Amino acid sequence: MTTLTKTEDTPPPTGPEGFLSVRDLSVRFATEDGVVKAVDGLSFDVERGRTLGIVGESGSGKSVTNLTILGLHNPHSTTIDGEIVFDGKELITATERELEQLRGNRIAMIFQDPLTAMSPYYTVGRQIAEPFRKHTGASKQEAWNRAVEMLGKVGIPNPAQRAKDYPHQFSGGMRQRAMIAMALVCDPDLLIADEPTTALDVTVQAQILDLLKDLQQEFGSAIVFITHDLGVIADVADDIMVMYAGSAVERGSTDQVLRAPRHPYTWGLLNSMPRLDSDLSAALAPIPGTPPSLLNPPSGCRFHPRCTFQDRVGGNRCVTERPLLGADRSSACHLTTEQKRSIFIEEIRPRLG
Amino acid sequence: MLQFIIRRTVGAAVTLFLIGAATFFLFVAGPSDYASLACGKDCSAARLEEIREVLGLNQPVAQQFWDFMSGIVMGRDFPTGHCSAPCLGQSFYSGDLVWDTIMDRFPLTVSLTIGAALVFLIVGLGTGMLAAFRRGSHVDKVATGASMVLSSFQIYFLGPIALMVLVYGTGLMEDPKYVPFTEDPFGWLIGLSIPMVVMATIFTAQYTRMARSSLIEQLAEDHVRTARAKGMSQKYVFFRYAWRGSLIPIVTILGIDLSSLLGGAVVTELTFSLQGIGRLAVDGAVNKDLPLTMGVMLVGAFMILVLNILVDIAYAWIDPRVRLS
Amino acid sequence: MKEDLVLPAPRESAAGGPGEPLLVAEGLTKHFPVKGGFPIRRTVGHVQAVDGIDLTVHSGESFGLVGESGCGKSTTGRLITRLLEPTGGKILYKGQDITHAKRKGLAPIRSEIQMIFQDPYSSLNPRQTVGKIISGPMEINGIDPAGGREKRVRELLEIVGLNPEHYNRFPHEFSGGQRQRIGVARALALEPKLIVADEPVSALDVSIQAQVVNLLQKVQKELGIAFLFIAHDLAVVRHFSQRVAVMYLGKVIEVGDRDSIYTRPRHPYTHALLSAVPEVTLTDEEGGTRERIRLAGDVPSPINPPSGCRFRTRCWKAQDKCASEVPPLVRIDGNRDGHLTACHFPEEPTIEARGQDVVLDPALAALEKPDKD
Repeated sequence: MTTLTKTEDTPPPTGPEGFLSVRDLSVRFATEDGVVKAVDGLSFDVERGRTLGIVGESGSGKSVTNLTILGLHNPHSTTIDGEIVFDGKELITATERELEQLRGNRIAMIFQDPLTAMSPYYTVGRQIAEPFRKHTGASKQEAWNRAVEMLGKVGIPNPAQRAKDYPHQFSGGMRQRAMIAMALVCDPDLLIADEPTTALDVTVQAQILDLLKDLQQEFGSAIVFITHDLGVIADVADDIMVMYAGSAVERGSTDQVLRAPRHPYTWGLLNSMPRLDSDLSAALAPIPGTPPSLLNPPSGCRFHPRCTFQDRVGGNRCVTERPLLGADRSSACHLTTEQKRSIFIEEIRPRLG
Repeated sequence: MLQFIIRRTVGAAVTLFLIGAATFFLFVAGPSDYASLACGKDCSAARLEEIREVLGLNQPVAQQFWDFMSGIVMGRDFPTGHCSAPCLGQSFYSGDLVWDTIMDRFPLTVSLTIGAALVFLIVGLGTGMLAAFRRGSHVDKVATGASMVLSSFQIYFLGPIALMVLVYGTGLMEDPKYVPFTEDPFGWLIGLSIPMVVMATIFTAQYTRMARSSLIEQLAEDHVRTARAKGMSQKYVFFRYAWRGSLIPIVTILGIDLSSLLGGAVVTELTFSLQGIGRLAVDGAVNKDLPLTMGVMLVGAFMILVLNILVDIAYAWIDPRVRLS
Repeated sequence: MKEDLVLPAPRESAAGGPGEPLLVAEGLTKHFPVKGGFPIRRTVGHVQAVDGIDLTVHSGESFGLVGESGCGKSTTGRLITRLLEPTGGKILYKGQDITHAKRKGLAPIRSEIQMIFQDPYSSLNPRQTVGKIISGPMEINGIDPAGGREKRVRELLEIVGLNPEHYNRFPHEFSGGQRQRIGVARALALEPKLIVADEPVSALDVSIQAQVVNLLQKVQKELGIAFLFIAHDLAVVRHFSQRVAVMYLGKVIEVGDRDSIYTRPRHPYTHALLSAVPEVTLTDEEGGTRERIRLAGDVPSPINPPSGCRFRTRCWKAQDKCASEVPPLVRIDGNRDGHLTACHFPEEPTIEARGQDVVLDPALAALEKPDKD
């Protein structure tokens, strides 16, 4: 299986920053128990035609980040700082109207559970045609025809008929295909896929992942792919960002992050995940402890309470000083680059089999 | 869908039959001593025997039951005259046919119910929607607060206040009275406006809260978020996506409320001295007028069943998952 | 808390083979009636959730059951623990027929077969303390361990890696992984011989999953408890199970030792399933590339499953015979002992990439066509 490379016909990135640039993003929710720091100082870029995989466990802030890009957070209880720049346009300060012009048109989103993510009250065709009508000004009939065409493209057999069905009449895999059709109907420049295959069976997941990759070749969209599954990310992403407790801890190309990871959390994920070819004589080595509460995150490095390597960093820097993540290939950890390299090769890699 | 309606109608007919049977065996064949109640206080043995004869109480129970049930469907003949279908018997107290008495009172009850329902649906749902749409705003706080206060009021409290202020105090309006709509629509509205509004006020509070919470719940649904992610405007999403789903609990409660109101709004009628079904039920109970009580009860049960079917049809109309499963 | 325990993976099953058959299912069947029709509602069909499966779990062995949603694996688990009444077939526990045993007959067996559920949130009573939850089964079965129930509960908490001091806490005070440990402790309270674990880790985060898998492995090995491990995650099942059965639409389509199923599968569905698992490949050269098989559509409805071989509607090798004859689950040529496959036209026993990808999905086929030539 080949990972996607940039297609020839996509234009080069516009300027030094990415097509989508997130800078120092912080998202805080006010709750009854206090302020939840869901995202804290996050920066990343996505280039045209490329796929950025964001991997993290529940509560890592990966989904919140992407709702924020589209302005879909609850405005009453959420405080946002930082910048989100999409194709030269700042989104955090954008008006609701400006965001509506972008949503579903230039930035589209696919959600995890296609059963709840589609309205039970309207036909699949109508739900796909709706954004097309709104954003292109097409007539009802044109939009419907476009919906049928898109359903055919994502592999719904007999699309003219099935467009008249309601979501509950579709199977799980079909519904996710319809969601993809809905997201791609206006040919968006950026597609945000939030755990799009988590609710699906493995054979259907494989179909959907390949479909997304093939459609990206055709549409040339940039994709932000959010998942907790390292296998899925390895399959679809060009670049990977690993998130833990509201911030990014490691980033790099897919090969770099998965084959030469530099952060203890990434090591922990790889070590705790059984693979089809892993050596059965080696045990799974889980990450000790549990993810921290974001109401009161740990001081210094947020991973330090679960990290088994902090004694190799001098003093108690891990507890007091927050490690920063660089711009390109980097990891937010106080270990030296040489330490990271040698620990992975000598202690982590052999366990992986 | 047609199948569904037919099945529900058949079910309702069976239920109605069972209720009819239950009332018959409780009241007529049961331990209530129907004849002596019919006879009244100063009753001679001869008179009692005569009543038994007239009402057919000397017949075997099965025969009596058949007469009772077939009377409802086809009408029946008493020695005192014909009682056409649906025959619910003759009042002990006034001697009038129960069905005629109920039909006489029914227009008032229907008027009150429909009038009040229109007001509380428009005002209540409207306010609830506004509160949900502008959640957390001053509008929302005022609406939530007001509905909290109003819903703790009762008709027998608000009613006399309204009467005192509008009728006895300022003389702006006359005592509530019923004028048939067909005779004088304006008079109908004016005559019943005070009880309608008082009744509606209390229901409005309840429907405001229900619409608000139901809409807020819907607005948090995944599919509503998807619609927003497609770039649909807030208003569009609110009215096309959230509103539809929020109708289901509202329709459910509305069905229950309407059927109980159509069965007679006792407190309202007594408060405003109106002669509706509720008053009739009270009269029946106070006078131990068994045929009247049974009649009101059967009509009330019929209303509940009819509205239940209507609610189910509304579900199917709102939600294709119901319609197509 | 002993969160950091690292355990060796279980040994490959010893040469002498696994222990005595502990639980045997023969032709086990569960059909759920479907109501409908007009004007009188009646049974108009059956969901054939489990349709005549044969399984044997030996004492002390870990047996994995994999398959996608709707394949009947969870129903099988519930039939074996007798939470559901079988429609047909037989369940033998230590040679004793418990297929239709009533409350009384089941009582001694209930304590020996325990279950661990998927959702650690809903499978614990929120109004009971942990101590009460874990001692519940002992109370019901009237078991009084030496030193008292409380002492035993504290021991169990320690075994599953929880602090014994947490005896009086309530489930909501624990994280998901810890709750699943409570579930394990409850299952262990009666010293069972067989634990049926239905997706025990799939609701947990990756890093927590490994903790629970290790715990289950420790329990299985050190206490010699047989496991029926039901999961959809092929990698987790491979890690945990000595023998594995693959289910599809209510049937076992392939069963065998771990190595046979994962590296020498014969059934096309097993091939498709393995090829669909997204994997992190750590190096380029390692073992060559895996085959790529992309099926079309979803699993058909179990109400009206395809005739003959149930996989035939999605199979690239299907012929007329597959529609007319149900393939028996037998050892076919080239299979090792105990490796049974239900297929008329089995695949080569390898998972290496083949000359041509098998792409049945019409959308993928259409999109990929131009690239191919």
